[in-house]
Amino acid sequence: MSAYVLSIVSLVGINIILALGLHLISGLCGQVSLGHAAFYGVGAYTTALLAKAGYPIGLTLPAAMAAAAVAGFVVGLCSLRVREDFLAIATMAAGFIFLGVVKQNEALGGEIGISGIAMPSFGRDGFVALELGVTVLVILFCLHVRRSWLGFGFSAVADDDVAAQMVGVDNRAYKLTAFCIGTALAGLAGGFLAYYLRGVSPDAFGFTASISVLCMVVLGGMQSIAGCIIATTILTLMPEVLRFADNYKLLIFGALLFLTMRFLPDGLGGLFALARRKEAGPS
Amino acid sequence: MKLIWELALQGLLNGCIYALIAVGLVMVYGLLRVLHIAHAGLFTLGAYVSLVVTNATGSLALALACSVITVGLSGIAIYRFCYEPILSRPPYVVLIVSIGLFIMMEEIFRIVFGPYGLSYLKPPLQERFTILGTGITAAELSVVLITIVLFATLDAFNRFTRIGIASRATVSDPQMASSFGVDIRLIRDMTFFIGSAFAAVAGTMVGVLNNLVEPTMGSVPSYKALAIIVLGGMGSIRGALASALFLGLIEAFGTTYLGTLLDRDAIAFTVLLVVLMLRPAGLTGKKT
Repeated sequence: MSAYVLSIVSLVGINIILALGLHLISGLCGQVSLGHAAFYGVGAYTTALLAKAGYPIGLTLPAAMAAAAVAGFVVGLCSLRVREDFLAIATMAAGFIFLGVVKQNEALGGEIGISGIAMPSFGRDGFVALELGVTVLVILFCLHVRRSWLGFGFSAVADDDVAAQMVGVDNRAYKLTAFCIGTALAGLAGGFLAYYLRGVSPDAFGFTASISVLCMVVLGGMQSIAGCIIATTILTLMPEVLRFADNYKLLIFGALLFLTMRFLPDGLGGLFALARRKEAGPS
Repeated sequence: MKLIWELALQGLLNGCIYALIAVGLVMVYGLLRVLHIAHAGLFTLGAYVSLVVTNATGSLALALACSVITVGLSGIAIYRFCYEPILSRPPYVVLIVSIGLFIMMEEIFRIVFGPYGLSYLKPPLQERFTILGTGITAAELSVVLITIVLFATLDAFNRFTRIGIASRATVSDPQMASSFGVDIRLIRDMTFFIGSAFAAVAGTMVGVLNNLVEPTMGSVPSYKALAIIVLGGMGSIRGALASALFLGLIEAFGTTYLGTLLDRDAIAFTVLLVVLMLRPAGLTGKKT
């Protein structure tokens, strides 16, 4: 494979990990977050700092996950206090605070960020293979969570958290668990991104980034892992496919987002469900 | 002391602009429980219409009227074509539709009017006054006066006219209001018209204050206004006014005294998070 294809494929992999993290929080557990990119950023910065200090990838990535999960735990605690739209805005606030701290902190590279991260010792092809392998593991993990008791609890909380509490589902614990797992995945994606770009800069983790991850999850249909993966792939590839229409790239992106949700509110997942019903024939 | 006055004035000005933008968002949220991000696109549209008409005719008053009507009608169009058909869906669906719409609007402005922004040929309202030892331009003074007049009018309208009372009834219980003969669709159209008209005024005034209208001028209001409606307790117009002024002042003083620790947005959102943790339903919101 050419370097170009490799680089696109690994970006798709990173975005899938990132989007599945948010899928757990917002799709499965129903806690809509507008600040997911902040945890992506926490992971990327942790990795960048440790890698610059000479630690190997086997240590930086788990550290990135742990750091992001701790941040996620804190924001998750806030999420217990507020609900629905207030929660969305509170997570958005967390995103802006992360960005503000990073931009004003010289130790984190300020506005410019950190550059010059060395590629892991096993080279670029090995890195892509590792990253894609991890992506597959994350997908399997998410499929497993959904079928497990944990996933069952998540969807109870998503449907109606008060009712879930009534029948003995500890919705605080479930929400916190969702936040920790989801943000740890974002941290992992961030760690891969730091190696992929050989550096980090604050602009990659702003509000726009949070919005695009949410778009991947919602476009995928909130409930559907397959939909989420397909939507992420489409949205990641789109800037490349639309390169010929450079001036209108973002306009087409906005229009696609608008038209899909306006006329297909259940996202791609909804489309699959529809197709399955059609296949089963009229009942 | 002079610095403090200047910061207070700057904070008050930004607060007034925030309030004019946020009021539309609050009204829409109160009525439909929708986070109307595309509202910030209407704000930019208002700025462009005013600038183009002023440069063509030389009259800012005429331009403001054109802007208010165009943007108000666009607001109704957005409601009818984009939100109304999907209101029964979960809120995040409408949120993404609104975000998509906002991105499209920003891009259309960039493609039509160019990426670098436009300026007034003869910048209006540039006369300078001195009040309490602080210099202030006519444009800045107009922002404050317009905000006071518009909010007083809106409050009186909601309190004393039949349609205003009907609209408040619709906010508190749409089904009940409907069964008492309130035309819900009319109320919604009207809400979008008024809210968008306020955004048009805000856009015009920002364009005049900076003498610059850019395609991206709506991106900061698009998220800052969300912070304001949360601070004010979603759905409360007076709460939005109070929290807009509060946020304007916090930002003005915060960037001066805390600027080395956090940037402007982070200061605003730290305050927001602290308030939300202490009062989960906003400053003026009631416990649910």
